Amino acid sequence: MKRLYAPFNFRGGVSPTYHKETTCNSPLRELPLPPLLTISMSQHLGAPAKPLVSPDDTVVGGQMIAAAAGMISAAIHAPTSGRVVSIGDAATPLGRPAPAMVIEPDGNHTWQSPLPPITNWREVAPRTLAERVGAAGIVGMGGAGFPTHVKLSPPADKPIDTLIINGAECEPYLSGDNRILLEHSAAVWEGAAIIAHILKATNIYVAIEDNKPDAVRAMEQAIPADLANASLCVLKTSFPQGSEKHQIFSVTGRTVPAGGLPMDVGCVVENVATTYAIRDAVINGQPLVTRSITVSGDAVAAPANLIAHIGTPFSYLVEACGGVSGTLTKVVSGGTMMGFAQASLDVTMTKTSSGLLLLSPSQVKQFTSQACISCGRCLNACPMRLMPAELSQYIESEDIANAEASFVMDCFECGSCAFVCPAHRPLVQHMRRAKAIIMAQRRAAGPRPG
Amino acid sequence: MNEWLTPIMWIGGIGAFCGGALALAAYYLSVPEDPRIEQVTNELPGANCGGCGFAGCADYAKALVENKTSPDRCPVASSAAVQAIGALLGKAVVASGRKVALVLCGGCNTEAIRHFSYNGITDCAAAAAIAGGDKACSFGCLGYGSCLRVCPVNCITMVDGVAKIDSSACIGCGKCVAACPRNLIQLVPEEAKIHVLCSSRDKGSVVRKVCGVGCIGCRICVKLSDGAISMDGFLAKVDYTKPPLTNEELVEKCPGKCIRKVG
Repeated sequence: MKRLYAPFNFRGGVSPTYHKETTCNSPLRELPLPPLLTISMSQHLGAPAKPLVSPDDTVVGGQMIAAAAGMISAAIHAPTSGRVVSIGDAATPLGRPAPAMVIEPDGNHTWQSPLPPITNWREVAPRTLAERVGAAGIVGMGGAGFPTHVKLSPPADKPIDTLIINGAECEPYLSGDNRILLEHSAAVWEGAAIIAHILKATNIYVAIEDNKPDAVRAMEQAIPADLANASLCVLKTSFPQGSEKHQIFSVTGRTVPAGGLPMDVGCVVENVATTYAIRDAVINGQPLVTRSITVSGDAVAAPANLIAHIGTPFSYLVEACGGVSGTLTKVVSGGTMMGFAQASLDVTMTKTSSGLLLLSPSQVKQFTSQACISCGRCLNACPMRLMPAELSQYIESEDIANAEASFVMDCFECGSCAFVCPAHRPLVQHMRRAKAIIMAQRRAAGPRPG
Repeated sequence: MNEWLTPIMWIGGIGAFCGGALALAAYYLSVPEDPRIEQVTNELPGANCGGCGFAGCADYAKALVENKTSPDRCPVASSAAVQAIGALLGKAVVASGRKVALVLCGGCNTEAIRHFSYNGITDCAAAAAIAGGDKACSFGCLGYGSCLRVCPVNCITMVDGVAKIDSSACIGCGKCVAACPRNLIQLVPEEAKIHVLCSSRDKGSVVRKVCGVGCIGCRICVKLSDGAISMDGFLAKVDYTKPPLTNEELVEKCPGKCIRKVG
């Protein structure tokens, strides 16, 4: 079994214009260091990392500068050698300010990774490898930023039989994962083999949408001969095919229960960039300090795929791509469907920044939101089978309890509902608001039992 | 017995028996209620706003009579009413004076910069979650009316992008204080008319870039106010426990134009 076509497809979803042609043929280019790096301590889901160095300390590249604060957290490493200028609040691409460390590179790029390379990973215990992934500060690089070592340490009562490497890249404009699949096909397969070894998974799939035929071909040819049960799964091009729950259904036909995790159905999904970073952390002993980022949109002179250091300001990325061309009206970190609009280019990239989009007025429409006309399009579009129209009305009338009873917490903010809404209602923003209120209530009520 | 007298006697008999039973029950099972509860309830304003922390005026009156709280918790009652309650309960009450809510930000749309255009739901917390809010000042009033929607007496209006509270109508319940995601609203004594209408803790150089009416931390007011204004970092703060400010020179001399006479 080498190549197979996804036997299932999830219900709902939308088909936005993908604009992939702008950057899909632009090779990954390494970006030099910026004059200042602002490294956020909150680059992942969970508690912000605890700084280990103080202002005026000197650091070397690869040094751990912040430690994971608790179970759901991730370590952060210095991308280069230099001096810590300050530690204070800075804007993050996600909107809310968070503590950040400013590092001034000294130009020597002295590199001293604390992690020894593990070349004979097949003989190493899975637990040691999972700890290595945690020590390298790897988080889900598709956008959610969930600490990967947690995903790779499932409890004993949840055996994992299927590993899916997520190469769907269903967000418009983004093509960083596509380039990794093309340029580092063998490395991605090796990363997949390492993860499968950690999880003791027997089936390995690399799932790619059918709008990336060259990546499908490259990955198919690169399937290692010694990897049993490895196959390439071609997915239908549809948004949000890259959502792990939907990808699991498309590939295996299994449905993750509401409020559950992929491990409940014996699956783990890892993003392509994460897989590549895991291989680097194990085989080369490299902590996560760089990542691929697509700089695209119709208001940037030379759209490109870059490999940039964590903490690089967005303005530096834009300069490296020839600067702004024409009128810039909107800056988005991530893709256009689930990305976050930015107020300025001073914000710096994090481990989860997969794209930076600069859009001209022709790509940005200003709408006035109107009352729901009960057309039901959002019901058809919602891949989680929620009722966005009804939920948004509960939330507008501050009936958060009813929204919670109608499963608002299952919304993963893909934006399909708002994309199809003819009344231009800000549905996702309503869901986000309700989810934030409910999360605050749950935190106030104390830890959940179990 | 004829056919009309029997039912009358039966019904009359049952009625007399039940009436007697009720009269006995009322006499032997009665629970004496403190008459002061009703008197105190009559003195309270009857707004049932919950500003005291109890479920309405009657509940507060009960707690007062049971000596579980103090009479100055009601933010609406006039000082005469508070004194009357004190007299009823036989307690000496120091009148704290009526308190009204005040928005400590004067950064209207013509003075404070909005650094991007926000096109989402009209809720301040939701707006603040997107790139820290569209107002360039990270402390200022966003103007999306989260306070306005919780006000039980509709005394808050949005004037040129900043919430304004009508102090004559305000009952001082404090619901808006809790609703503001930027903690800009404070309960202040009604007599106080001169306020520092800024909450920015940024340095003066940062404040000047984003707002024309922000506190720049120059300390001129501290010298003029005779101790009633003190500095909290880079922000001047009025001490409302002291007698209200009357010196109008403060308003004239403030270079940030953030000390203003309200009402």
